[in-house]
Amino acid sequence: MKSGSNLEKVFVNGHFAVTAELGPPKNNDVSVIQRKVDFLRGYVDAVNVTDNQTAIVRMSSIATSAFVIQMGMEPVMQMVTRDRNRIAMQSDLFGATALGIKNIVCLTGDHHTFGNQVNAKNVHDLDSVQLINMVKTMRDEKTLMGGEEKIEGDVNMFIGGAANPFADPFEFRALRTAKKAAAGVDFIQTQCIYDMERFKEWMKMIRDLGVHEKVHIMAGITPLKSAGMARYMAKNVAGITIPDAIIDRMAKAAKGSEEGIKICVEQIQEVREIEGVHGVHIMAIEWEQMISKITEMAGLLPRPKVE
Amino acid sequence: MIKAEQKPFEEILEYLAPYNKILLSGCGACVTVCHAGGEKEGALLASALRMARQKIGKPLEILESTPARQCEPEFAQELSDTIGRVQAILSVSCGVGVQTLARHFPATQIFPGVNTTFLGETVAHGVWEERCQACGDCILEKTAGICPIARCAKQLLNGPCGGSSNGKCEIKRETDCAWQLIYDRSKSLGQLHRLTEIIPAKQWGVQSRDSGPRRIVREDLKV
Repeated sequence: MKSGSNLEKVFVNGHFAVTAELGPPKNNDVSVIQRKVDFLRGYVDAVNVTDNQTAIVRMSSIATSAFVIQMGMEPVMQMVTRDRNRIAMQSDLFGATALGIKNIVCLTGDHHTFGNQVNAKNVHDLDSVQLINMVKTMRDEKTLMGGEEKIEGDVNMFIGGAANPFADPFEFRALRTAKKAAAGVDFIQTQCIYDMERFKEWMKMIRDLGVHEKVHIMAGITPLKSAGMARYMAKNVAGITIPDAIIDRMAKAAKGSEEGIKICVEQIQEVREIEGVHGVHIMAIEWEQMISKITEMAGLLPRPKVE
Repeated sequence: MIKAEQKPFEEILEYLAPYNKILLSGCGACVTVCHAGGEKEGALLASALRMARQKIGKPLEILESTPARQCEPEFAQELSDTIGRVQAILSVSCGVGVQTLARHFPATQIFPGVNTTFLGETVAHGVWEERCQACGDCILEKTAGICPIARCAKQLLNGPCGGSSNGKCEIKRETDCAWQLIYDRSKSLGQLHRLTEIIPAKQWGVQSRDSGPRRIVREDLKV
């Protein structure tokens, strides 16, 4: 075991893993975290806690993750390289592991100009591949970055990363995931999948590179709430493609939100059949209350109890 | 070369409000090439300033000079005679040139007339783009001659982020994705395999500006 986290054990025992996402509050109100945890607990194996996603200032992912543990759930702490240099990140890794956080997802982060602090100086001391490697070095080599300074004690993190099969250049996407595997990533969560054919093509490239044997791939799924949301995402979010067939289906549905859940469940069932896909990461954006229904309809319940 | 853009006219007027006789110093090098602070731009700016001050009944006398390279001490020295006759200097050279004059003429107030923007190249007439950040440790041999430090908004060293779409960057849709360019050029060079190597974290704290202002000393050239 690398960290002994519940998520790692679920994979090791050969189960199909399920994670969800929890966006921290845009203030210090702990009740927001409690409400979201109450929607998710028991339905997923661990929950990603985002790190100032879209560069909007929120409660830190490390503090929120610590609250999530207190509330009886396992967090996957996201960490972006946008805001902190290697000194701050290694310091936070000591703090996070001391607080009992056992999973991390290493990301570059959304560019700061998308957020509410556009005049900030961005850091990018490391990129996500280098961050993955830094965490692995701390865990496996027991040294700080650079290899000279020994660490006492254990920095046991189950290391995650992201992949976007829908961004360009497509041919480079699987290679980039292979680089993350070489850097030491244990699991990968993908961007939301709507274009299933392209995802399958990417998975084939992943298998051809042998990455699926080293890394647990989790397919990213986001339920659509309405045809309007689908159109907005297709048009405005770079790196997300939504086929017209899905937009049409949402538009024709009597109740968009119900159709969105149905599509989401079908997608989960479809990715489950793909060789090398070991789990799903369900990002129900500000719609956490639907996770219980989605996981039940998709036949993902009860979640395994693993030792 | 170094690229610059003239500061807003109102801002320059405000700097010069307390004075009635100044030197407007241009530069014959980089800022001439990017049409921000050469002899021609200096003359145009001087005329506009004179007219604006005439209009409010506070005439401004402007001496004009354009050293070949304002950042070289021997050219800066040419201004010595003029300096004694003015109350302040408005320099439309880059930030380096401004500081060369500041160092040579400690008793004279100096103001920047341009914003120094980047090290770049001319991509079309009237269009310049950033190409180098002077990081101090060139990696262009690893990235097919295209710099992700200067040209990727996140300075990614190991491939494109999820916001690369149809060859463009999600942050500025008119900007090419540096990693798309690197991928395409590597492919045409038959060097795609090189992109699978992990580029390690840079030594920012030793080689770049993060180590403090840098200095080059060449013993063989010292006199």
